[in-house]
Amino acid sequence: MLRGKGWRISFFDEMTGRGGEVRSPYREYSDWFGREDVARIQRKAQQAEAFFRTTGITFNVYGQDEADERLIPFDVVPRIISASEWRRLSRGIEQRVRALNAFLYDIYHRQEILRAGRVPTELISRNEAFLPMMMGMDPPGGIYTHISGIDIVRTGPDEFYVLEDNARTPSGVSYMLENRETMLQMFPELFAKISVREVSDYPLNLLKSLSACAPPACGGTPTVAVLTPGIHNSAYFEHSFLADQMGAELVEGHDLRVVDGRVAMRTTQGHTPIDVLYRRVDDDFLDPLNFRPDSMLGVPGIWDVYRAGGITIANAPGTGIADDKALYSYMPDIIEFYTGEKALLPNVPTWRCGEPEHLREVLDRLPELVVKEVHGSGGYGMLVGPAASKKAIAAFRAKLEANPRNYIAQPTLSLSTVPIFTRAGLAPRHVDLRPFVLMSPQGIRITPGGLTRVAMSKGSLVVNSSQGGGTKDTWVLED
Amino acid sequence: MLGKTAGGLYWMARYLERSENNARLIDAGFRIALTRSNTAAAEWRSVLVTAGQDYYFRQAHGDDYTSQRVVDFMLRDPTNPSSIMSVIKQARDNARTARTYLTREAWEAVNTSWMTLGALLKRQVREDDLPDVLAAIRQQSGLVRGAFAGTMLRNDGYNFSRLGTFLERADNTARILDVKYYLLLPSVAHIGTSIDNVQWETILRSVSAHRAYHWLYGTEISALKIAEFLILYKQMPRSLAFCCDKMNDNLDWLARAYGEETEAVRLAASICNERLSRPIASIFDGGLHEFITDFLRANAALARQIERDYRFVE
Repeated sequence: MLRGKGWRISFFDEMTGRGGEVRSPYREYSDWFGREDVARIQRKAQQAEAFFRTTGITFNVYGQDEADERLIPFDVVPRIISASEWRRLSRGIEQRVRALNAFLYDIYHRQEILRAGRVPTELISRNEAFLPMMMGMDPPGGIYTHISGIDIVRTGPDEFYVLEDNARTPSGVSYMLENRETMLQMFPELFAKISVREVSDYPLNLLKSLSACAPPACGGTPTVAVLTPGIHNSAYFEHSFLADQMGAELVEGHDLRVVDGRVAMRTTQGHTPIDVLYRRVDDDFLDPLNFRPDSMLGVPGIWDVYRAGGITIANAPGTGIADDKALYSYMPDIIEFYTGEKALLPNVPTWRCGEPEHLREVLDRLPELVVKEVHGSGGYGMLVGPAASKKAIAAFRAKLEANPRNYIAQPTLSLSTVPIFTRAGLAPRHVDLRPFVLMSPQGIRITPGGLTRVAMSKGSLVVNSSQGGGTKDTWVLED
Repeated sequence: MLGKTAGGLYWMARYLERSENNARLIDAGFRIALTRSNTAAAEWRSVLVTAGQDYYFRQAHGDDYTSQRVVDFMLRDPTNPSSIMSVIKQARDNARTARTYLTREAWEAVNTSWMTLGALLKRQVREDDLPDVLAAIRQQSGLVRGAFAGTMLRNDGYNFSRLGTFLERADNTARILDVKYYLLLPSVAHIGTSIDNVQWETILRSVSAHRAYHWLYGTEISALKIAEFLILYKQMPRSLAFCCDKMNDNLDWLARAYGEETEAVRLAASICNERLSRPIASIFDGGLHEFITDFLRANAALARQIERDYRFVE
C-alpha cells in the first residue's frame, strides 16, 4: 500500500507475484501460452470481437448516436483464482451478504442498530435510497438482496478488500457468462487441460432463487418476469439475455397492469398474473402512483399489490441504501452486529468527509487519495489523486469543501494486476472482481468467480466500462 | 406470450419482407431506367408510389426523379422511413424487443443483416455496384429466412412472424398491381394482344416471377394471365391467393392453440372466400382497379384486427 509520501508503489501481479516465478494457479496456463503461436491468439482475439458483435453484446452510451453501439473490450487471458483463495473469498462474501440482508430487515423494522448507536441515524434518514414506505413491510421470504454484487480488489497474495457493495441492481452477469462462452469457443483445448469451475448454471440458479421467494398470492409454479426500461437502455442486452436464459418473459411497464389485485402482463390471450418481478429499473420508477408520477417505466399500483403480498419485487424496494459509500465504512460494525463475527473480508480504510477530523486529514493528503461521491457509481465524479493534475485537485478541493458530506476518501490502493494480451505480448493491467450472489430462503449461492473488470490502458486504476475498462473470463480452479 | 412480443415478431417479419420487396422494386426500376431513358423519370415515380415513398421523396427532392437520387433515397436515406436501411433497423429493433422468443441463430441472422447492410450502405452506392448490393440484400434476407425455418419452434411466436410476412407480401403485390393496373386494362378488350414487353417484364420482375411465368404459361403473354398469376395462382408464393391461404393457416393455428376464434380469423377467411375464390374474368368484369382497392383496404383492416385481437398494444 502507500509507502510514505514518496509514491513508491509496487504492484502484485496475480500471474507472476512481484516479478518472480509464475504463481501456481497460473502454471498450466502459462505453459500452454508459452507454447502457443502469438499470431494465432491474435486471430482468436479478433474473432472474439466479431462474436460479441453478432451476438449483440453491445451497450448504448447515453446521448450518443444509437448507431454507435459499443463493445466492452474483452481480453483473452483469463484471470485465475485458486480453489483455496476462492473458499476464503466466498466465506467472506456470504457473511457479508447475510449481514446486508439482516441490516436491511432491521432498518425497515426495529432499527436496533441505530438504537445501539452503531450506525448514525442520519446516514439512514438522509439517505435518498431510504424508503419510509418499506417500514414494517415483510418482503416475501424475508429477502431484500435477492441478487447482489460485491466488488473485491486485491493488493497482495493474501490481501483482499471489499471495495463496494452493489445491492440495488448489480449488472454485468451476462458478461461473466458470455466471456466464458467465448473462451470455450476459442480455446476449447484449455478447458480440457485445466479444470475450471462452471458458471453456466447461473440463470437456472437465479430462476430457482427467485422462485423460492414467491409471494403468498402465488398458487403453483411461480411466474417470473424481468422488468426492463426497454431496448434503448444500456443494459438491455443483459435484461433480454437473462430473461431468455431463465425462460421468463421480458416485460416493460406498458406490458403490465394491476388486474384483480395482482400485477398482470398483457399476453396475446389476455392478462396473466406475475408472481416474481426481477426488476431492472430503479425504485423511483417502479410505481408512478406511489413514487415518481412522471415515470413511464413502472406499473401504476404495483406498490399496493406488493404490500398486500401479491407480488415479489427483486431486489426489494429500498435496498439501495446498502450501496451508499458512507454506510460502507460501517460495514465491519454491521457485520459484527448481526453475525457476532468479525468481518472475514476487510473494508478499504475509508475517511468520511462529513466528519471534521476526517475531512482535515483528507484535505491534507488529497494528492495521494481516491475521493468518491457517496452516491456515485460508474467511476463518475471521482478523484484519483495520484493521477490528477494540480488544477484538477484544486477544483476537486473546492467541491469537497463546499459539500464534504457528499464524499468519502480512500487510500489509492495498489490494485493487483493480471496480464492482458497485447501486440507486444503479455502486459500487466489493474483488475477488480465482482462476484454475483443469489439469496433466497433456501440459502446463499455464489457463482464461482464473477466478472473481472480490467483497466485496459497502462497504469490506469479505473476499471469501469463507462471509462474504457474491459473484461476477462474469470476462472476458479477445481480442487 | 406477451402481446408486445407477438407484435415485435410480427413487425420484424413485416419489415424484413418490406426490405426484400423494396430491393426487388429498385431492381426492376433500375432495369427499365437503363433501357428506356426517355420514360425513366415516370418509371421511378411509379416505383416510389408502389413502395409508398413518393410523398417523402417529393418532400426531400421535389420531382428530381433521376436514377441516382431515387436509388440512394430508397436504399439509405435516414429521412425516408421506408428506405432499406431504415426498414432493416426497425426490423432489428423489433427483433430486440422479441429477443427472448428468437433462437440464437435467428437473432444473429437479423443482427448480421443489419451489420452487413450498414457497412454496404455506409456510402452512396455507385451504379456499377448496385446489382451486387441488391443481390447482397436478397441474400441477407435469405439467410434470415433460413435461420427461422431451420431453428424456430413452430409456436405462436412463429405464427405471428409468418402472419407479418404474408400480410406485408400481399400488400406489396397488390400495390404493384394498383400502380400498374392501367397497363393491364386496355388489353382486356382484345384478349391475346400482347402488352408492352418491357412493362410486363417489369411487373413480373418486381415479384421475382418472370421465369416462373414462362414456365407456367409458355411464351404467351397476356394481361389476363399476368393478373391471374399474381392474384389467383396458388402455387406462386407472392400471389394474393397464396399469401391469403398462408394467413388463414397461421390464424387457424392460433385459433386452435388459444381455443378462441377471433375476429381476425373471420376477416382473413372472408378475404379468401369472398374475394379470391372466383375466376379472373369475373374480377375483370367487376373492375380490376376496384378489386385491388378493395383488397388493399381489406388487408389493412385485417392488419388492424390482428393487432387488436392479439393485444400487441394496450
